[in-house]
Amino acid sequence: MRRALFLLPLLCFAAVATWFAFGLGRDPSRIPSALVGRPAPAVALPPLEGAQRPAFALQPGRVAIVNFFASWCAPCKVEHPTLMRLAAEGRIAVHGISYKDAAADSARFLAQLGNPFETIGWDRDGRAAMEWGVYGVPETFVVGRDGTIRHRHVGALLDDTVARVLVPMVARLERE
Amino acid sequence: MPAEIGHVALLLALAAACLQSVLPLVGAQRGDARLMAFARPAALAQFALVALAFALLTWCYVVSDFSVANVFQNSHTAKPMLYKVTGVWGNHEGSLLLWVLILALFGAAVAAFGRNLPPPLAARALAVQAMIAAAFLAFMAFTSNPFERLDPVPAEGRDLNPILQDPGLAFHPPFLYLGYVGLSIVFSFAVAALVEGRVDAAWARWVRPWALAAWASLTLGIALGSWWAYYELGWGGWWYWDPVENASFMPWLVGAALLHSAIVAEKRDALKSWTILLAILAFGLSLIGTFLVRSGVLTSVHSFASDPARGAFILAILAVAIGGSLALYAWRAPTLKPGGAFAPMSREGGLVLNNLLLSTACATVFVGTLYPLFLEGLGGAKVSVGAPFFNATFVPLMIPLVAAMAVGPFLAWKRADARAALRRVALPAAAGALAAIACALAAPPAPALAYVGAALAAMLAAATIGEFAARAGTLRRALGLPRAAWGTAIAHLGMAVTVAGVVASAAWQSESIGLMRPGESVSIAGWQVTFRGTELARGANYTARRGLFEARRGEGSALRLSPAKRFYPSTGSTTTEAAIHGSILGDLYVTIADPAEAGPQGANARFLFEAPTDAAWAVRITHNPLVAWIWAGAGLMALGGAVSLTDRRLRVGAPTRRLRTARA
Repeated sequence: MRRALFLLPLLCFAAVATWFAFGLGRDPSRIPSALVGRPAPAVALPPLEGAQRPAFALQPGRVAIVNFFASWCAPCKVEHPTLMRLAAEGRIAVHGISYKDAAADSARFLAQLGNPFETIGWDRDGRAAMEWGVYGVPETFVVGRDGTIRHRHVGALLDDTVARVLVPMVARLERE
Repeated sequence: MPAEIGHVALLLALAAACLQSVLPLVGAQRGDARLMAFARPAALAQFALVALAFALLTWCYVVSDFSVANVFQNSHTAKPMLYKVTGVWGNHEGSLLLWVLILALFGAAVAAFGRNLPPPLAARALAVQAMIAAAFLAFMAFTSNPFERLDPVPAEGRDLNPILQDPGLAFHPPFLYLGYVGLSIVFSFAVAALVEGRVDAAWARWVRPWALAAWASLTLGIALGSWWAYYELGWGGWWYWDPVENASFMPWLVGAALLHSAIVAEKRDALKSWTILLAILAFGLSLIGTFLVRSGVLTSVHSFASDPARGAFILAILAVAIGGSLALYAWRAPTLKPGGAFAPMSREGGLVLNNLLLSTACATVFVGTLYPLFLEGLGGAKVSVGAPFFNATFVPLMIPLVAAMAVGPFLAWKRADARAALRRVALPAAAGALAAIACALAAPPAPALAYVGAALAAMLAAATIGEFAARAGTLRRALGLPRAAWGTAIAHLGMAVTVAGVVASAAWQSESIGLMRPGESVSIAGWQVTFRGTELARGANYTARRGLFEARRGEGSALRLSPAKRFYPSTGSTTTEAAIHGSILGDLYVTIADPAEAGPQGANARFLFEAPTDAAWAVRITHNPLVAWIWAGAGLMALGGAVSLTDRRLRVGAPTRRLRTARA
């Protein structure tokens, strides 16, 4: 029994190392969603105070992306320039939902890094995120002109993914 | 030419390390003194070779030799000399070379100063140290050669990421690595002890100075990094719970636990196998940190460019080093003789509580950092659990820890009189209550936790000073107290100072964000801050838009503050430079973001430089009370470690031997 106790650290380490090995060769951003093909959940969120944008609302007839972010999230900082560029191109409507974050912190995040969003919802307790099936931040959804979710991207959205996946997809959705 | 010599030096160092990792081990097993004696010259030669390689790479940076790929990718002729030199370790290959240099330095230090160690222990420890060195030298040779050549030779380099061009960050990695790698010596001693099957008070005394030196360096390294994040990221935060930060924080927590459990092992011959386990885990976490930063399994704001092949190599090192040592632990540790018994209410009991809390804290940080990775294994992906998780799990553990720090030193060894200890804590507890009441009266209302934190900080400070004063009696006798007692008091006081800084800056920060036009002013925490406009400024390798602010408190003369947005043309990136007026009571922290007209593109170069003079700029002004205390406290903790390192008792077979001869 005493010996088994001394084996415990080794077993824990073996488990962790196995996970590490798993983590090495995966493409982390591909993940199916039960919501793809379904209408985007209707969520009523207050606007983000201090961000000078209207409350989150999707505009029917326009392809949109919806990005869940938070000021405490490091990958969100990484993907932010990509969102800024997407917004600057003006082709896609970029909407944001601040996830489990103090309004002042989210507003500061946007004031400092720039605000790519047309409308912003403040999801203080993560209720809306649950409706959308979000695991954590950042996550990004593509919504078609008919208001259905077409694609889900988990993790930081990088320029490479945008060029490879998002741009062709949006072009297709706009023709629909 | 220097690049080729450097490369050859690295390969020779690899050969030396390979020999050093085998021969002394065989010698120790057979009792062959000549084979054991091989370890010392090999360790010194290995250090000399790695130092030569490091010097040559530095030389390539200094003369901007862009035929070396590493220099081309990370340097630029227009870069100031300081950053040319520090750029050597601002990238994956170079920082790895620094890592190995420090590893070899520690090995050489044991070889040079550890003559009082029993020869078999020294030989085994140096052999284990050489195995680590060999693994990392092979890693460099096969996946990350810093001396790779480029043909044709580019005319200009690509420049170091501008955010890394900063004095605070320039010296952050060396200290951090001294800490990480210093723990490797403790690890080597632990493995050597397991091979020998003997851990005694003498072993604990030999290990403690290395653990102290490593922990103190790690403290400084983390503090420098946090200070850099505070003023350079332009965010006003000083800790982000970013995976890379956590990677350095976990060995620190376990290292702190190790320092304290080694005291029990030394004085009371107890907690021996636990101390060994901590020694293995402390270095294991350093390796895991290296893995996380370089393999790209986690997303971080400041990780190096990552590569799965490198990740696989480090994972293999990790599996062999940690898996191997833990297997050895599972095999040999049960045979270690358990030492002295003690009552739960005793100094030992207090230190066990300290160890439990520190290791639990480390476990929560570990889970929070790796949860995203575990999720990924389950089909999720790179997400961040972030500050909300850590605030909910880590902070509650710190409350009993700080309380235990206040009470612990009053407890006697073996069996303490709980009532007597409580009587002696009464006064510090009263000081804590007084501090909380003072905060409630003098400062704006804050969450209850803030008052608890203020009370704990004051109580810890009062208890530490009170305990030290009671022990010393008079000032003269205080000077005669062991250095270790001084070190403890200074380090614990440092913790109180840091806690005070953390609590005050989190609970009583005041902030104003908004658009400001030239001439407008804002009042915050008793300061009147006026925006006077902006101007263009030029540095060696950047152009900047600088905001001009005047801050005034009461009738005093105006203070000038000029936060800036810098644009680095060589990489096309911008950085935010905060303007900070610091004082012991708090920092006035000003940053500018973008001109309001810049639109969603943010601070691109054009908007930065063509903004009209009367443009409104997004300005953020905060007042962070006592924020400097966070780093001052960390400085005191490191100082406490250093003072403790000069204790007489540790000088036997410790690296401070020279001090004794100097004094005699």
